[in-house]
This record gives sequence, C-alpha cells and structure tokens, in this order.
Amino acid sequence: MFCRFRWRLAALFVMVALWVLSGEVSAQEATVPPPAAHDGAEHFPIDYVWTLIAAFMVFFMQAGFAMVEAGFTRAKNAANILMKNLMDFSLGSLIFWAFGFALMFGPTLGGWIGTGGFFLSGYTDKSWTYVFLIFQTVFAATAATIVSGAMAERTKFIGYLCYTVVITGLIYPVFGSWAWGSLFAGQGWLEDLGFIDFAGSTVVHSVGGWAGLAGAIVLGPRIGKYDSEGRPRPILGHNLPLGALGVFILWFGWFGFNPGSSTAGTDYSIASIAVNTNLAAAAGAIGAMIVAWFKFKKPDVSMSLNGALAGLVAITAGCANVSPVSSVIIGLAAGMIVVFSVLSLEKWGLDDPVGAVSVHGVCGAWGTLAAGMFNSGGFSLAIVEVQLIGIGAAFVWTFGTAFIAFKIIDAVVGLRVSPEEESAGLDYTEHGGEAYPDFQLTNVH
Amino acid sequence: MKLLKCIIAPARLDEVKESLDALGIAGMTVGEIKGYGRQKGHAEVYRGSEYTVSFVPKIVIEVVVTDELCDRAVEAVVSAAQTGKIGDGKVFVLPVEDAVRIRTGESGDEAL
Repeated sequence: MFCRFRWRLAALFVMVALWVLSGEVSAQEATVPPPAAHDGAEHFPIDYVWTLIAAFMVFFMQAGFAMVEAGFTRAKNAANILMKNLMDFSLGSLIFWAFGFALMFGPTLGGWIGTGGFFLSGYTDKSWTYVFLIFQTVFAATAATIVSGAMAERTKFIGYLCYTVVITGLIYPVFGSWAWGSLFAGQGWLEDLGFIDFAGSTVVHSVGGWAGLAGAIVLGPRIGKYDSEGRPRPILGHNLPLGALGVFILWFGWFGFNPGSSTAGTDYSIASIAVNTNLAAAAGAIGAMIVAWFKFKKPDVSMSLNGALAGLVAITAGCANVSPVSSVIIGLAAGMIVVFSVLSLEKWGLDDPVGAVSVHGVCGAWGTLAAGMFNSGGFSLAIVEVQLIGIGAAFVWTFGTAFIAFKIIDAVVGLRVSPEEESAGLDYTEHGGEAYPDFQLTNVH
Repeated sequence: MKLLKCIIAPARLDEVKESLDALGIAGMTVGEIKGYGRQKGHAEVYRGSEYTVSFVPKIVIEVVVTDELCDRAVEAVVSAAQTGKIGDGKVFVLPVEDAVRIRTGESGDEAL
C-alpha cells in the first residue's frame, strides 16, 4: 500500500516539516541572553558548550586511568583496580560537590582556604556555577585517581575509600585554592605571586603524584618486588593492549583538559593550547622511546607509553604561555626524565606499579618549572622563582598531609592487605570474585 | 631414573626451582593446573548469587632425576614448598624407563 502512495507521502512529509520549522524560526527571533553569573562576567553559550564538552572529555580520562592501571598490573588484581577507579570518581564527585568546591573556590580566608559555598549554597546564578563545578570536579577526580596506580595491588579497599575522602575534601582543594581560587569566588596567595599553572601540572598532577608517593611509602613494596639483596624484580603488567588503550584515551581527554581550562569558547587560544598539548605528548613518547632504546637496547613499549603521559603532564602548566617549539622541548625532556625517574625510584626502594609518581609528580614539577623557563612573554628569574615556590609548596602540603592521613588510616582501619590476601589476589579477597574467571591467573615466568 | 611429579602452591615455585637448581638438576617442566586435595575450594559471589570454585590453582613441576639424586631431590622440593598449611601439595615418584636427548641422540643418565 505504501509503495503506491510513496511520492504523495513524501511530499506531505516535506510540507509538514517546512510548516513546523517555519513556526520554530519565528519563535526564535529574539536572542536569549546568557544567565547572569556571580562574577559579573559574561559567559556566552559557546563558553558553556565548550567547557562542558571539555569536562566530559576529562571525565573520560577516568576510563584512561582505569585501563592504564589495569593493564600495567596483574590480572588477579584487575577487578580491585577498576573498583578503586570507579569509587574515587564516584566518592570524589560527591565530596567535591559537598565540600571540596567550597574550600577551593569559596570566599577566601587570607588566601589560604575557601570558606563558603558548601553544597553550592549561596550561589544564585546556578548556570555558570554548575558548569564550573562539573569542570572542576573532573579535575579533582583526576588528581585522586592518580594515587590508585602508585598504591596498586596491596591496598585495602576501605583504606583507599577513606583516603579518597581526604584528598578530594581537603588536600586537593586547599592547594587548589592557593593557585586557582580567583577563577571563581576565591583568591589564593600563590596565584597572587603570579604562579603559572594553566591547567594543573602542579595543582592536579603533582598533587596526585606526591599523594601517591606518600601512599607507596606508607604501604611498602609489593611482596616479591625486591629480592633478598634489595634488587628490584619486575612484576609484569598483564595486558599491554589495555595499557596502551588507556594512554590513548588519556591523550584524547587531555585535549579537553588543557584547552578546556580556558573555560571559554570565545577564546581563540584554545587552538594553540591544543597544538602545544599534542606536540608535547608526541615528543614525550619519542623522548622516552629514545632513552629506553639506549638503556635497554630495545624500544620499550610501556616506557614509551609513560613518556607520552609525561609529556602531557609537563605541558599542562605552560600550554597557554609557551610556544610550540618550547612545547616540543618540554615534552621531549619530560619523556626522558620519566624513564630515569622510574628507574631511580625503583632502585631506591619505592614500588610504584604504574610509574604514577614519576609521570605525575616528577614531570608535573618539571612542567611547572618549564612554564616559567619558557614563558613566551620573556624569560624572567622572578617568574621562575615563583614557579619553584609553588612546586615546593605543593610538595610540602601534599606529601605532608597525605603521609599523615595514610598513617592515620593505617592505624584506624589498616592500609595494607595481609600477605595471604596479597598473594591470592585482591579480586577475590576484597571483592569476592575474579575479573577473569575464565582464565588461569598464575603468573609463571 | 625417576620422574618426580610435584604439585605445589604457585607462590612456592621460585623457591622449589632454586632448590632443584642447587642440586645440579639441569631442567624441569612446569605447568599451570588446577586441583584439590584436602584443600577444598571456596565460595564466591557474582551479582548476588553464590557459586563454588572447587579447583584451586596449582603448579605442577615434572623433573626426571637419576636414582642417586632421587631422595635428595624429593627432600629439596618438600622443604622448599612446605608452608605447613593445607594446600602445600604432593610429590609423586614414578619410575622412568629411559630418557633420550633429541639433539644428540644420547640416552640413559647422560641424557638428563
């Protein structure tokens, strides 16, 4: 029946569509002004759209971290790693909304801590506030999830949940308020000095890295990581494809992380920021590959993957104030630094299963310094000094509070699983089931 | 010649391998297996339903030794693999008729 009338039906459909559309167009003749924001600034619809899309891309980095960490650790702990990643985002989102956002961006007490806006109370202009909240939430969650990599394969799940509350509720927002408070309703002593950290090499990545360092130190190395003479033994990751997938996802998400930090779609610098980001990542991967090729006689895949991340972390501070050529140099250096850092930390007794401390802590510090050194507005020792102050303050605050927090958590609920649980695998002991029930999981080499 | 078929807990593999190497035993075959004896399986939960995992992951080491070395090899495996807990495993000693090295064709004790 339809076949005979198809041309008449099509014509009818087109006429109805045109009629509907014409009605829509005439209704939209008046332009809709953007809602008033508490900061009095005008945020255009394109700013909303861009910032939100960037926030969604940074959210997707959680999948990146989950895949990197799962891929670089053993199969018997995969479900546990995934659960820690799921929960540090979920818990972190709630804690940051309720508490952390106020400490980071609320009206400040002397430039040291925010004091208002808990549960977003007091903000009448909800629209831009929501955009800014969700953008900052995914950044806070990025810092939190870095730590699960350094503490993988031996951390009690309940202890990790407690720590998540502390980092998203206190450690991250307080330092964040020093460097970024004025991006919303606050103010910070560090940004008042002129500290440059556009998207968070220090605020996000070093904070995550130093907290991970504290956790890894308090936990101690995994069983079997060091032999009786203290020499490190490799504990192989179970799935390099997952690790690589994770790095690509992170690289993609970083195009939201860095350009998104403009929080403005009207700002054409998002283009140069994106280019700088990609150049640094690529240079980082190549730098790490070169160093590994020389040291190990073969281009090492996992080191090169770490190198790409190192380049991304390093360019995060200066992506808006350095040139593309500088971005290549910064990324290349980060890729080389990360290889030496991973090997050195391992030799000095720190068991960091995925290299989180090296990628995020060490390269975050390098990137922050580099943002000062390569400032496109002109080199100035004063700028570099401020960068060093920020790097130092981040280390002292983050490592100090995280170390204390982990010690307290260890005393109250226990931080490390028992040796039997660690040998059996956390999937079964912490979560009652395997990530890979169809596979034999003993690692015989 | 004797074949030692040793079923041990996976965590003890390195120690057992080292103690056999220390005796001068040149090689071994290792397999990843599942099994149970007195060590029963355990219960797990999947999406609210409980199920039983009966078989426990184990490692089997097969090594062929000369008659003279047999007792010391068994002792080495037992002391390296022992933890005192149920699930330590077992060693079975089987007679072997002959052994041949494929590369050279030699047989008997020289092939080991």
